[in-house]
Order: sequence, then structure tokens, then C-alpha cells
Amino acid sequence: MSIPKDLRYTTDHEWIRVSDDGSTCKVGITHFAQSELGDIVYLEIDALDEDVAKDDPFGTIEAVKTVSELFMPLSGHVDEFNEVLDDNPELVNTDPYGEGWIILIQLSDPAQVEELLDAEAYAKIVAT
Amino acid sequence: MTEKKAIKIKRTPLFDTHVGLGARMTTFAGFEMPIQYSGIIDEHHAVRNAVGLFDVSHMGEVMVTGPGAFEFVQQLVSNDVTRLIDGKALYTVMCTPQGGVVDDLLVYRLAAQRYLLVINASNIGEDYKWMMSHNPSDAVLENISDQLALIAVQGPRSFDVVQKITDEPLGSLDFYHFMELKPDTFFTCQTAILSHTGYTGERGLEIYCDADRAPAVWNALMEAGAEYNIKPAGLGARDTLRLESGFCLYGNDLGLETNPLEAGLGWLTRLDTGDFIGRDALLKIKETGPARRLVGFVSTERGIPRQGSEIQSEDGKVIGSVTSGSQSPVLSKGIGLGYVLNKPEFTAVGTPVRIASRGRSFLAKVTRPPFHRT
Repeated sequence: MSIPKDLRYTTDHEWIRVSDDGSTCKVGITHFAQSELGDIVYLEIDALDEDVAKDDPFGTIEAVKTVSELFMPLSGHVDEFNEVLDDNPELVNTDPYGEGWIILIQLSDPAQVEELLDAEAYAKIVAT
Repeated sequence: MTEKKAIKIKRTPLFDTHVGLGARMTTFAGFEMPIQYSGIIDEHHAVRNAVGLFDVSHMGEVMVTGPGAFEFVQQLVSNDVTRLIDGKALYTVMCTPQGGVVDDLLVYRLAAQRYLLVINASNIGEDYKWMMSHNPSDAVLENISDQLALIAVQGPRSFDVVQKITDEPLGSLDFYHFMELKPDTFFTCQTAILSHTGYTGERGLEIYCDADRAPAVWNALMEAGAEYNIKPAGLGARDTLRLESGFCLYGNDLGLETNPLEAGLGWLTRLDTGDFIGRDALLKIKETGPARRLVGFVSTERGIPRQGSEIQSEDGKVIGSVTSGSQSPVLSKGIGLGYVLNKPEFTAVGTPVRIASRGRSFLAKVTRPPFHRT
């Protein structure tokens, strides 16, 4: 189960890659999450171009058999949806930490990053 | 204080085989079952294009014997059992006196006084009780669910695969026909039935065999199927395959609150030849026409129908609800089944409908299954 060291995580099995200047982040779901969900067939982002608070839903991700909500790992403005996923949702399965990223957030409170899990802490959650 | 009953989760005789193949297991109908191996979509395509192997040993089997066997089955189920000869099976439902569906099942006529009834795993206990209490001809009933394994080999290559492990000529086996093999002629099984049936919409066989011989049969099938890239397939693919074909699933599309006429199963409901439980109620429903009707639909906008979503008319009035929904792996579109008000303006093929849940909706089109052949 791959858990890259340079990313941050949430207990909802999302990963967060904060930009070098700390103003934005990319968000996706972890290798563990995609494996649990199975074949991803559809993503719907409700909150594009909106300000959304940390822990509020920003969209849904659908596998063949299940629908799951996606939650904001940090407060901010949903700047971008990875539109490649519209035609290739399976990238979330095949490359969850790369081509399968889901949204880009403009952070409204970068200090919240410190509340996120690091790789080691997330690994413990997955192991239990 | 109420006493809590511990529910024992059962395993099929192939449990270790599934774990060895790396299956993701889930609890379904009280059994630990494989939901997927390589992935639902991959397994689905394997069945549509080549061949897949399913463990469906959780299904229940009741053996009916004795001089009262025929009369028992005939009054129990809606279809006409006089149509059966030895070696032929039929699909049917058993109903309550009100016409609700107790279960859908297969009836195999092994001999004039010997029938095998194959029922849903989730209903084994209730069905058996129902049968025992509706047995006016004193047929001998035996729940042999734990003694029999059931392996489904499904897909265009299924007959090629099974033919490699038996000398019985399968080419002559018509749809809904089966052969019961002599003891010790098939992997030393005492009971073995090769049946040209399935739940995938593809050509296929279902193999009933002794529970303890199931791993040997499974492994032989995997080996025989290697040249056709046979894949083990789980309950996930079983569900997407049956839904693409438009087959009802008990608990979703059928239940005590639904009758076979509104479910589109009038073709297996004999109303003019002889009595069966629920016939009077069904005759009345047929007279007035059912109030609602099961229809199929395919998404015409992005969105996947899900069980429980509302079905609305194009202008937003609620006309029914989704009973089964999924992404179709073949169409890469949402597909579903659901009950709508039985009016031509809602049930006609091509009617635009709206599928709504959680404040969102998308358009779909009433479509007659099988969806993947449209």
C-alpha cells in the first residue's frame, strides 16, 4: 500500500500536496481508498469555483457499486477540477497520487495544514 | 432484557480458494463471499467476451420428492410445472396469497417424483418455512443447501471450458435444460448437475456438485479455461451483468411488496391453468392492470442511477423510484431498473425521465433491456 512521505493525509483517506509557496494544494484519494472503492467510474464536483470550509463536502466519487462523498481537507476556494477525470476516471485507480488528482484548492487558512496527518500517522490508520 | 442472537456468518466450500486468489471478501446474505478479484469491470468484460467463473454456492437448494412432489410444486409456484419434462428447468416465483413475491426460483425436474428448487441465499430460512407450511400433498422436503456447491461458468467460451472436464456431450444441451450425472462420474461427486442456465445474459452453465468436491471442480475449470483467459468473477460483476441484462434481483426489484405482474414477469405467471398460491390476487391485479410497472432506463446525461433515487417525469413530478442502478461496464453509462406509475406516458420506451437524489438530477431514457445490446 503506497503512502508517499512528501504528502499530508486526512482520516477520510484523502492526500494533500501543498504547493511550495504554501498558498494552494492538490487533493486526491489515497491508494488505500481507491483500492477499497474499486473501479472509479464517475466524479462530480459540486463546489467548483466556490469557497468551502474544511470538512464540508465538495463532491462525490462513484465506483461501480458505491457513491462516496469527498470532503474538503482544508478551507479554501475550489479553483480547479482535474477535468481529465471526466473521460478517464480510472486514473484515480491507476495513478492516485499523480494523474488521478481531483481538485486544486486556493487555501484561505494555510495554518490548517499543520492539523493534517503525515505519512507515518496515516499509515497507522490504514493498518488498523 | 432482550436476548441477542449471534448470527453466524457462513462460508462456502470455496472460501479458501477465493482468499488464495486474492479476492476481496464481503458479507452477503449471511455468507462471506468474494465481491471482486481483479476488479468488477475487468471481470464483467471477461464474461461478456470470453468466460468467467462464479462461486454461487450460497444459493439454497431444496429437494422435493415423493408421490406428492408435483402437486406440491405446482401449487407453490406461479409458472406451469406441467411444462417440465425430466431434464428441463423453469424460472418462476412463489407468491403470498396477496400476490407478493416470497422468492424467485428455478425448478428442476429430475424425475416425475423428484424436483430440485433453487432459491436465493437471503431467503433460505424463510422459504423453507414457507414451503413446509404450504405442503398439502405431503411432499418430502429436504433443505440440502449446505450439501451442494454451485459454480457458474458464464460467457461465450463457457461450453468449451466445461466440455474439457466432462465427456458428456454438452452441445446438445438446450437453454434451460440440464443433465444429472451418475454418481462417481464427475470428480467423484455423488450429486452433479450440469445446467444450461445463468444470471449474466451470456451463454453459460451452472454446475451443482457435492460441497466437498467444489475446490477440485473449480480448480479443474480454472485450468481448462486458462487458454480462454478465464477469470474468477465476484458478486460485484454478477450484479452488473444481471442488471445489464435486465434480470430482477430479489430484495431490490422483487419482494413481498411487489407482484410478478408489475415486475414484468407475467410470462411466468400462469393464470388460466390451475390454482397456485396468490393466483386469485394476481387475477384481480391483471383485470385492473398493475398500478406501477418495472421499467429499465439508461442515463442520457452524466450520472449513475442508484437504488432509492427518485424517478421523475421530465417536468419534475415524482413517478417512482430506482430499485437497482449501476454503471454499465459495456455502455460506460448509468443503467437502472425501477417502478414507475403504470401509464403509457411514463412506461413507453424512449420516454425521458429524471433520476434525482440528494438535490441533484440527471436525464435518462426508458429503455428495454438488455441494455448492452441496445
